[in-house]
Amino acid sequence: MTKFIERHPAWALIGIIAIAVLLWLVFAIWPPGLEAAIGRKRVFLNAVFNGITLGGLYFLVASGFTLIFGLMRNVNLAHGSLYLFGGYIGYAVSTWTGSWILSFIAAFIGVALLGVVLQLAVFRRMEGQDLRQTMVTIGLSIVFADLMLWVFGGDFYQVQTPAWLIGPIQLPLLTAVKSSGEPVYLQYPLVRLVIFVASVVIGIAMWLALNRTRIGMIVRAGVDDRDILAATGVRIQLVFVLVFALGAGLAGIAGVVGGTFQSLSPGEDTRFLLASLVVVIVGGMGSIPGAALGAVIIGLAEQLGSVYIPTYAIVVTFLIMVLVLAVRPQGLLARR
Amino acid sequence: MLKGSVGLIALSSLLLSGAAFAQEKIKVGVTATLEGTYTVLGEDGIRGFQTALNVLGKKIGDKELEFVIASTDATPDSAVRAVRKLIEQDKVQILLSPLSGDEGIAVKNFAKTHPELAFVNAASGAQETTYVDPAPNFFRYNMDGAQWQVGLGKYAYETKGYRKIATVGEDYSFIYTQVFGLVLEFCGAGGQVTNRQWVPLGTKDFASVIAALPDDVDAIYLGLGGADAVNFLNQYQQAGGKAHLMGGSIMIDQTILSSKGSAKNALVGTLAASGQADTWDDPNWQKFVKAYQDSFPEAKRFPSPSLLATNYYDSTMALILALRQVNGDLSNNQAKLKDALAKIEIDAPNGKIKLDANRQAIGTNFVTEVVDDGKGALFSKVVKVIPNVNQTLGYDPAVFAKIGLPSRTVPECKKY
Repeated sequence: MTKFIERHPAWALIGIIAIAVLLWLVFAIWPPGLEAAIGRKRVFLNAVFNGITLGGLYFLVASGFTLIFGLMRNVNLAHGSLYLFGGYIGYAVSTWTGSWILSFIAAFIGVALLGVVLQLAVFRRMEGQDLRQTMVTIGLSIVFADLMLWVFGGDFYQVQTPAWLIGPIQLPLLTAVKSSGEPVYLQYPLVRLVIFVASVVIGIAMWLALNRTRIGMIVRAGVDDRDILAATGVRIQLVFVLVFALGAGLAGIAGVVGGTFQSLSPGEDTRFLLASLVVVIVGGMGSIPGAALGAVIIGLAEQLGSVYIPTYAIVVTFLIMVLVLAVRPQGLLARR
Repeated sequence: MLKGSVGLIALSSLLLSGAAFAQEKIKVGVTATLEGTYTVLGEDGIRGFQTALNVLGKKIGDKELEFVIASTDATPDSAVRAVRKLIEQDKVQILLSPLSGDEGIAVKNFAKTHPELAFVNAASGAQETTYVDPAPNFFRYNMDGAQWQVGLGKYAYETKGYRKIATVGEDYSFIYTQVFGLVLEFCGAGGQVTNRQWVPLGTKDFASVIAALPDDVDAIYLGLGGADAVNFLNQYQQAGGKAHLMGGSIMIDQTILSSKGSAKNALVGTLAASGQADTWDDPNWQKFVKAYQDSFPEAKRFPSPSLLATNYYDSTMALILALRQVNGDLSNNQAKLKDALAKIEIDAPNGKIKLDANRQAIGTNFVTEVVDDGKGALFSKVVKVIPNVNQTLGYDPAVFAKIGLPSRTVPECKKY
């Protein structure tokens, strides 16, 4: 951090000012002039929170995607199908047992198993052939999409939110002061906060596992040079299977999350594949912190865009992607 | 599953057409939104279509009707692609298409390139389709979005006492037309529409849109449909929203009222208007509801037909009756059929329907309120029936033309 400030004092200053402005926007009570110019503070705060929580969902999908790519150099274009499949499993389990928590576990295990099968039956047979793998995953995603359409139909499903998570809670953030002097606090849907906290916990756990454990060390070594790693006697195929299972399982969990605060239907697979591609391109292929940063940027862009420039909201995401590709094509937090 | 069955239907019809049948066939191409945001609407549309075949039969004199179904996703290009495929590949002679607003405008324009074929609109409801530069071979037996809102503005203002409302709608022609009808009448009565929000078709995350809803209004009008409407309601419930709601014709519809989950309960008491009301006691309507219910097992249909089922039923009915009038005669570029289609008056389940000079329906409209039947199922209960609604909504055509075409900002909130 200090190195960065020493090397780029101008950028650091701009960054600090931007953070200060953002903090002021979040915590201060807006003067009437500002409200007249860009609307009420409640709307802004909600958009920011929604962007961050949506980023949490994107992170769950994209982290598995980026992990698999980082280790196996395998662009898994069937990742969106894994997301949707996890969502459907979650829906089936939550309606059958009535338990929301159980649906996460079932989705994780179910999709992770599918990931294991995919790795063993498909990817292992064409190791190192990037183009072939990519084509095969496109084909698989189409097959999966039709299979799921066959079983679940075109209907849209929603994973039922448990009763204790329905409704808003009051956050200690002032949005306005009434003329009577009574403060108005921000009301925010509880379920989104819980999901966001959960994705942060998962993110930190993954970071710890990658940086503080032996298996994490092996995975990192594999990302850097898997041939040398294999030469040292590590059973690299086993590591591949484990990572693929974890990445797929995360997509499955994301599916349940997406099914809870959005909905599941045919077409969601490609939407989330696209979202995770954009997130990973912005953040840097193969980097977990990059996926987190990319997810929050894209989430914020979508939500702030939908409030302040609704007509062009869809374009903003892609503008960011183009900008990143032009200025830093390897992604914001890529190591190389 | 549906794609599979559609494929099967297409395949079997191909095989049938190849087989040596002595009987002459009339081939009709049907499109519905069996993919994307409006999938559920398309599926129920097809149910309405099948109900019509069950009731009326497929025989036209000594000929028999044969159908090819193609899927679209509510975008205009998907509709044109499907219609083109039906005409060029499947060689259909008559089109029953399309379902959604933007598709309707595109198919109407496409119809001009095939002036010899008859196009019967299935369910689309954008005003522009038949109001601006109509195609002489395009016939629409359902009312447009603005006609479907007749009565709502006045009822909200006079009976409910709403003075200020805001709208949220999907950003495309049909919802523009719906908001057009609402604003015209509500503002004409003296009300104010303070804010119109537009969201892209297929929006999943409405949280910020919900946060931006104004809270100094008496009611919020929702012009959403299909998956969008369910997502909105789900997130509205999570955000603890409590405003009075008003709904458009595909918002307050069985496609939404029968959705899974508890989010739809926010709609109880919601005021809406549409070309039908679920609990109307007219015998003709009741007969249709019964026919619909008898045509499908309970798990494979809604408790009561949606607006889309009704529209597909009406269009199919008009087509079959007109074909019978001319005894299936498609000679001379279908001149006799087109003439019959333009003149026919049908005794549809949702009221009598006839066409105006632009081949646009004049029909009956219903103002409704959502009620719970006590067993957890929601229905729209009729509160007012308005017969003979025409496309200019009762305005003098010259005055109506000055208002402009429905868009994000048209009409202005004033008395015309």
